[in-house]
Amino acid sequence: MRDGDRPRRDMILEVAGLTMRFGGLVAVDTVSFTAMRGEITALIGPNGAGKTTVFNCITGFYRPSDGAIRLHVPGALPVELHALAGHNIARAGVARSFQNIRLFPGMTALENLLIAQHNTLMAASGWGIGAVLGLSRYPRAEREAIEKARRWLDATRLLERADDPAGSLPYGAQRRLEIARAMCTEPSLLCLDEPAAGLNPRESDELARLLLEIRAGGTSILLIEHDMGVVMRISDRVVVLDHGKLIAADAPAAVRADPRVIAAYLGVDDPEETAA
Amino acid sequence: MAYALQQLINGISLGMIYGLIAVGYTMVYGIIGMINFAHGDVFMIGAFVALIALLLLQLGGVMDGTAAILLMLLASVAVTALYGWTVERVAYRPLRGSFRLAPLISAIGLSIVLQNYVQVSQGARVKPVEAVLRGGVEVFREGDFAVQLSYMQMLIIGTTLAALAAFTILVTRTPLGRAMRACEQDRKMAALLGIDTDRTISLTFVIGAALAAVAGTMYLLRYGVIDFYIGFLAGVKAFTAAVLGGIGSLPGAVLGGLLIGLIETFWSAYFSVQYKDVAAFSILVLTLIFLPTGLLGRQEVEKV
Repeated sequence: MRDGDRPRRDMILEVAGLTMRFGGLVAVDTVSFTAMRGEITALIGPNGAGKTTVFNCITGFYRPSDGAIRLHVPGALPVELHALAGHNIARAGVARSFQNIRLFPGMTALENLLIAQHNTLMAASGWGIGAVLGLSRYPRAEREAIEKARRWLDATRLLERADDPAGSLPYGAQRRLEIARAMCTEPSLLCLDEPAAGLNPRESDELARLLLEIRAGGTSILLIEHDMGVVMRISDRVVVLDHGKLIAADAPAAVRADPRVIAAYLGVDDPEETAA
Repeated sequence: MAYALQQLINGISLGMIYGLIAVGYTMVYGIIGMINFAHGDVFMIGAFVALIALLLLQLGGVMDGTAAILLMLLASVAVTALYGWTVERVAYRPLRGSFRLAPLISAIGLSIVLQNYVQVSQGARVKPVEAVLRGGVEVFREGDFAVQLSYMQMLIIGTTLAALAAFTILVTRTPLGRAMRACEQDRKMAALLGIDTDRTISLTFVIGAALAAVAGTMYLLRYGVIDFYIGFLAGVKAFTAAVLGGIGSLPGAVLGGLLIGLIETFWSAYFSVQYKDVAAFSILVLTLIFLPTGLLGRQEVEKV
């Protein structure tokens, strides 16, 4: 099925003709795909295929050389993400995690999650002044923020580590905390860049379960992942990039059988080898 | 013994003023990795606004010392905070993302502009004021020498502690403080979580300027004379204090300020007044050579 055939109302993210050039190098070449609301969409491809570049464009790290990225909002005009500043992309409902963990290492796990709720808290605190004076509206907002943080700490099994500096947590816990932090911004679209990287099989299983829970909670997920076990198990759709170009976008089983995808991952069959 | 105790009191009250200014340096350094060289002049503006407020109050017939001081403080903090905001807007924000030296140069330029602006608008003459708060208590007596703790010194120490306490609560307990710490650790990530980093940086300058205004008011009240040039020396000394305490560390800035105040005071008391600035700046040089991260500073770790 072609992307254009899908009914528009289901769409949450629309990437149209996205191109990113770095000098003479074309990292992403007119890539178009969509992610559906309430689904897990995986973005896969060999190293250097341009997956992270696509992510960086979606989350405002890079300004695309060409093309458009639209976040569809029910009952409103789509948000043109490619034209927004970083903090406004977050406010529009897109959150992301990084391949290399980017927590605030000097702050506690709980504080990391409170930072993600900064906008609600800031509005309730009268820009910090009310908080110093201890005004009544602020403590309630803060209690609610802590309550939400606690729920996500619980969901990611980090409750006992709430007051430890994020930088002192073990690797797997830091990965989970990053996801918890992203979820505290209440995103409609969660973008995860290799969340399973460096996790052991048990931790990967746990991650897969967490992502399915998040999807069940109504958040759509866009996922870059090399762990094909995880990808094939939880994704609703798989988008494959190779050398900056889109080569497939389909259900996991169909993608796995696609000869172009196999060629991209294993290399084109050498005629001599085939003969032998 | 009594003489030394008196110097200790004098040194602490002076060091508190340096500490307040040093916090402004260290905060801005923490969040944008730059030394705000116009900060000393923002302090000077704070002293002038307090002076103007005092003269207006006396014209208006407010003679009560405490009320006058409170109103001076409020006026100075409000107006100087606006200057702090402007400094960031004019000298730093347009150059964000430019090469590292650019905002440094523009800040030095702005420092000169502020000095000349005050010189032209307020005159180059030294401005004396009458003491608003007189008297004090005798803490200790040894022979003929009485150790005095003046009401002014109590006020300086009390006000400074109150300002630092409010500031500490702001940084550790409020969403704004959390946002400031987040921007300090990873500005790009903070933006991705929905924090308006430009506004957070602006507010950092505003808060630093407000603390400098408190320092400026205290300076005016303590010394009774100001001119357009006080910002330079006080600024460089507070900068020394920030470096000594460990640039980027807030408790370090206060500690550094106290130490510089004490060193300067004791040097003047036991060696020579003429060389007190030399003593303070020797500390800067020695710190940079032997303890570049300062007393409470963190070791910079190169990220890979």
